Formats: sequence, structure tokens, C-alpha cells
Amino acid sequence: MSQINTAADQPVPLDGSSFKNSGDLVVEMFQYQRDRAMEKRNGTGTDPVKMFFKVKAQEFLDELAARYALGFTTDRPFAERLVWFWSNHFVVSAQNPRAITFVGAFEREAIRPHITGKFEDMVLAAASHPAMLLYLDNAQSIGPHSRAGEFAGKGLNENLGRELMELYTLGVDGGYTQDDVIAMAKILTGWSLSRNGENNGFAYYDNRHEPGDVTLRGRTYPPTLDGGIAAIKDVAHDPATARHIAHKMAIHFIADEPPAESVARLEKVFKETGGDLHALAHAIVEDPNAWKPGPGKMRTPVEYVTAGYRLLDLPKGDNTDKQVRGALAATRLMGQTPLAPPAPKGWPDTSDAWSGPDAVLTRIEWAQQVGQRMPATLDSAAVAEMGVGPLLRPSTKTAMAQAESQPDALALLLSSPEFQRR
Amino acid sequence: MTTRRSILQTMAAAGALSLWDTPIRYAFANVPTDRRFVVVILRGALDGLAIVPPHGDKDYASTRGVLALSTSGTNPLHDLDGFFGLHPSLTNVKAMYDAKEAAIFHNICSPYRDRSHFDGQNVLETGGTGPHVLQDGWLNRALTPMGLADGQHALAVAQTPPLLLSGPARATSWMPETLPAPTEAFLARVRRMYASDPVLAASLSSAMELQTQAHAAMDDPAMKKPGAGAGYADLTPLFSGGGKLLAAADGPRVAVFDAGGWDTHFNQGAGDGQLARRLQALDQGLDTLKTSLGPAWSKTTVVLATEFGRTVHPNGSNGTDHGTGGAALLLGGAVKGGAVHAEWTGLSASALQDGRDQPPRTDLRALFKGLLAEQMGVPVSALNAAVFPDSGAVKPLSGLIRA
Repeated sequence: MSQINTAADQPVPLDGSSFKNSGDLVVEMFQYQRDRAMEKRNGTGTDPVKMFFKVKAQEFLDELAARYALGFTTDRPFAERLVWFWSNHFVVSAQNPRAITFVGAFEREAIRPHITGKFEDMVLAAASHPAMLLYLDNAQSIGPHSRAGEFAGKGLNENLGRELMELYTLGVDGGYTQDDVIAMAKILTGWSLSRNGENNGFAYYDNRHEPGDVTLRGRTYPPTLDGGIAAIKDVAHDPATARHIAHKMAIHFIADEPPAESVARLEKVFKETGGDLHALAHAIVEDPNAWKPGPGKMRTPVEYVTAGYRLLDLPKGDNTDKQVRGALAATRLMGQTPLAPPAPKGWPDTSDAWSGPDAVLTRIEWAQQVGQRMPATLDSAAVAEMGVGPLLRPSTKTAMAQAESQPDALALLLSSPEFQRR
Repeated sequence: MTTRRSILQTMAAAGALSLWDTPIRYAFANVPTDRRFVVVILRGALDGLAIVPPHGDKDYASTRGVLALSTSGTNPLHDLDGFFGLHPSLTNVKAMYDAKEAAIFHNICSPYRDRSHFDGQNVLETGGTGPHVLQDGWLNRALTPMGLADGQHALAVAQTPPLLLSGPARATSWMPETLPAPTEAFLARVRRMYASDPVLAASLSSAMELQTQAHAAMDDPAMKKPGAGAGYADLTPLFSGGGKLLAAADGPRVAVFDAGGWDTHFNQGAGDGQLARRLQALDQGLDTLKTSLGPAWSKTTVVLATEFGRTVHPNGSNGTDHGTGGAALLLGGAVKGGAVHAEWTGLSASALQDGRDQPPRTDLRALFKGLLAEQMGVPVSALNAAVFPDSGAVKPLSGLIRA
């Protein structure tokens, strides 16, 4: 599996320029806030709010387009699958107007470098990233007894403290109480954004940190940045985390209801390697249950559209930009906008979430539209042979043979059960 | 009884599907009821004290702080009875209340007592006593006793039915379409290809039947998907389209809408701001639903519920964190409205759940059970067994629906 020997590749904007890092984006955001304050005072006639979000929405779509383009052409598709998995685990959603600015950068900076690294590093990168600190409101969480808290009368916000344990590490049944949620929220006070963009946009403010040692799940941590890092590392290495991550990976990569032995194997690898994600990725590929024949999982809309484009060698020709953006629009209609799920839990990861009536009909409509755009001379039987090979069902072959045209046959191939599933 | 579905099944068995190449004509089975029951799931934990402010409570203004609403000033709340009010954004709901078509429930919550959104929604939708105790949705399990389990009379306004409507009984789903519709001939071939994949086959046939009905019922620009900019925020296309489907004489009788965006941890706002805007979208959507239903509104009950409430006091960033008790709304021409139902225990520190949350004094299942019984005629025996197992001690609320 040479595909996963290094960090994931980085997407490149379709126009060949380069993306901004979070440090620059933080500076832009604070500049925007100053512009907005100025506009409120002086009424200069511009609308900084509207302009800022227009630009940011476009930047987000540009990030997504680059991500799709990489998925269509990469020679390391499994590395991309890992990126998609982890980005749907450590969720920051572009549906949140404060996070949208940083969502693309989050995946590039907190997820891609770590897909074959240590889990604890990914947790720390995610929890300290401006995107996460804004999305789950920690940037504004202030220790009520800290200097800043007493001065401004501000206090805790539990959001990141809770989701860090419930969703990202221990799991909802991983053994923590409401007091632990408050303890984790206290531990994370002062984790916020750097005003000048230094340190890739992250800063720790001691004057916002809740004073005094904090006890979390029986362990005591000092009121410092290092104390917080130690607490996060502890939950990242907890046996409950090993179980939670093993289960989640098995659901994604093996089956909606994964065999217990597969989960146990992954859990063991997690524990024995201290959360080595490279070892976990290998364990998935080597799991015989991941290769069992039979009706597989429904592809998510992004996986489905990506598989279709890879099958047909798209995008190609002179309007590749439009083709990439068309793929993005299609997955939205099928119910999924990557990096923009409705809640921090991420997009669902089981077949039934993507196989409802409207979703299935939309996929067929898309398949027909894509088929019609392919040259009428394309040999659909050869495409099927090459792209689906021995998994092609006789009923699909028959339907394709009876199709009105080659584009119709391709559309049938894209609509077929074996192509909807993986 | 011969229905289009049974004809199709016979044809599929005989391998004679050529009729699919002719335009689909629709022959519905007789629908066993003309009553409509709609559930709106408010995902994200809607703040009950924001939508239904108890402005007459002596502790209201002091506990709510920056989030407190007032009967005076800019954006005054809508007073209901001198004690409870409605959020300023809920103008249309207020009009329904005045017309005795809206009832309000406070200090209400599912039996879930922790504070995870996702487990909380699981309990709300499955109707179980705890998260993941049950695998399917209570509304799905209620379809069989309602006689609506044939796949065409229960509708999710979503790409895929949410857990609430998932389970052994069949339901369909619908969203405004934008891709060009494939030809009947093409769909006939796809359908044949799906014969060996029961999941895809069932979804496709359900979608096609509804799509045909949608085309017939509403040749209307309002049915188009919202523009790229509107997407998430604008709920009117969903409520307009769903309402029109529900209005059809032989259309769905049960529907589920999903409206998220209530997880207001940060700068929640009071009379204006983030939550006020979201509530305005919801209020608009509900008015659209009423309009789209037309005369069928008089036979309709709409219940709006969320997974749990939020903390009574603002948090450190002028928002609220996850709580316990909250509010639920009941709307519709069939509703016996014009009242607030609450076992109100005040907002003093000692009255709060865990010293921070609204107390859960009424079980949401009691409301759901009462509605299923009075609006849809589900027998109590079914409510206590199949629909809400282990809920015998939770008595259905009564007097919810006009006789």
C-alpha cells in the first residue's frame, strides 16, 4: 500500500494559484471585523458583511472544487478516502458562517498531514485549529474566574469540551459525566485565535484561562497550555477512544454493521500502536471482511460522483472547470455537500442514509445527464469491462446491451446497483 | 384490491414490464383517512425559553439576562396570557394561536436525560426509553395501525426518510427537483436492473410514484429548489412543496419535515439576531404550509419538537448550552388551540434540573401518544406496545384535537 506511506496530497486551486493558510485567514477576519465596526460608525455606504461572506462563500466553493479535482485524478485514491473519513470525523461545517472561512484550510492543515501519523496529533491539530475553535465556540469560552472573565463578566462555553469527548475521542458511552464536560471546557479556556495570524492563527491566552488545577475523569491537570495538551493526549489514548475509533472506521470501510472481529482487530491495533493511523489504515486493507463479495455499502454522494468521474476519465476537454463544479452541484442535490454537514456529527455513514427514494432518483437523473454528455461513439461495454470488471452483473450487461444509445448505456452503468455500491 | 403497485408487482413477476414505456397513470388505493399528521423535527436543541418566554415569571428577566425578551421596546414579544409569550419572530404562529389553532407545551422533553444532540435525537425519533434501545422510528411503527403503511401515504420531505419515519412500514421521500427528469423508458430499464436489489428497487418505485403525483399536483415555480444562496436558510420551498403534496385528495396523510439550525451556543440574540432570523424562517415556512394545505388545513395537526432544551442562564458567550426541558408547539386547523400547557415550577435556582436546565415535567411521548390517538385514531393498545414500547406509565395527553 504505497498509497498511504506519506501524508495526503494537497489540493490545488483550479486556476493554479495557491490557497491561503489559517494565519492569513485570521488576519483577514479581524480586518473584516474592523471594517464592519468602521462602517457602523461612519456609514461609508459599502456593506462589508455582504462582501466578506460573498468572497468567503466563493473561496469555500473553490476549496471544494480543488478537493473534487484531486479526487478525480489522484493516483492515491485510498489516501483521499482516508482524508474524507477523517474530515467527516473531526467536523467543522461550512454551514456555520464563522467557520466557513477556515473550513478548507482545516482539512489542508489539520487532517491531510496526519492521515498516516498519530491520532493524538490529529486531535491536537483539530482542537487547536481556528476553524474548530470558532465552529464549536471555544474561541469565546472564558474562565469565569480568570482575569478576563472577571473583568468582562464572561464565562464558559461547553460546546467544544463536550464534542471533543463525545464525538472526536471517547464516544458518547466512553465514560464521562457532565462534570467532566465542564472540566474539559475549563481546560480549553484560553484556546483561541491569534490577533496577528502568528502560529497559524492559534493562540493561548493565559488571562482567559480558568485558574486552578482541574480534575478530568480522575486525573488532575495544571491550568496551563501544557496541562490542556496533556489532557487531550490522555483522552486520545484512552481505551474508550480506541474502541470508538475502531468501530467508526469499521463502519465506514467495512460494513454498516461490521463483524465484531474486525472491530476488535482495529481496536487492538489502535491500542498496541498508541493510535498509529498508518497501522490502522493497513489493518483495514488487510482485513478479509473488507473484501467480501456481496452487496456492499451504498457509496456516499461524493464517493459515487467521484467513482463516476474516474470511470469516465472526467473532467476532460476544454471546460474542465465547469465539469468539476457540476459534480459539486450534483452531490448537493443528492443530499451531501462535503465539509458542510448539518451538525458536528458529520454526514451519516450507513447505506440507508443515502438510499431514500428522492436520493436514488436524483442519482439516476444525474447518471442520465452525465451519460448524455459523453460522446456517442464511446464504447460503453469496454468502459464497463475496464471499470467494473468481474463485478458487473448479467442484468446490468443485458440492460446496457438493450439501451437506445451508448450514452444511455453509460447512464445505466452509472445507475446500476453495483456502481451505486462499493 | 387492485392498485398500481400490485399491478406492477404482478408484471415484474411475469417479466412483462413494457407498460412502463407508456405514461404513468395514477390509480391510488382509497386512503383510509382524510386527516393529516405532520411532525417537524427541530434538530439542534431549540431554546424553549426563547420561543415561549415566561415573561410573567418573577425570575425570568434576571435569569435570562441578555437573552430576556420584553413586552415593550423594539421587537417586543407577543403576549399570550399575561405570563407566557411568543418570540417576536413568530408572528404567524401568534395569529394561529389567536385563531385557536395553536397550542403550546412547556417544560416538556423526551425521556432522554443526558446532553448529546445525537443520542437525544435518537430517543426523540425512535420513541425508546434511551438511545439506541429501538432501531426504527415511532412514526413508522404507527403507520400500520393507521392503515397508511403502503409506502405512498407517509412522506419525508428529505432526500432520505429520517429515523422517525424509518422502519418496516414503507414511506416515501421528496425534495424539490432540479436535474432534468429521465424518460419513462430509461427508468423502466433501471427498474429492471434493480430487480435484484430490493433497497434500490423500493426507493425508485416509491420516488417515481410520488414524482408523478408531484408533477400533476403542482406545476408551480415554488416547487423548484431554492437558489444556491438561499439553500439552508429558506424553508418555504420545503413547506410549500410538502404542503401541496399533503393537500392532494389521494396524497400522503403523514409527513415529516426537518428543520435544523437551533444549536445556539454563541450570540444567540434576543428580539433580533441569529435565533430570531432562524425563527422567522420557520414562522414563514409554517405559514406557507398552512397556505399550501388549503382546505386540508382544517384537518391537519402539526407538532414541532426538539431533542432537548437549553440552559436557562446564558453561557459565557451570550448563547446557551445543552439543557433538558424545553417547549413544543402544536398547530393546525384540527387543533384545540389557544392555550399554553405547562406544569410550571418557576425559574428559581432550586426549581431547575441539575441547577441549570428547565425541568422535564411532561414526557413528549405523552403528547405524541395523545396526538396519534385523537388525530389519527391509533388505539391505546398499539400506542403502548408497538409504537412506544414500555410507555404504559406515560398516559396520552387528551383534549388536544377538536372533536
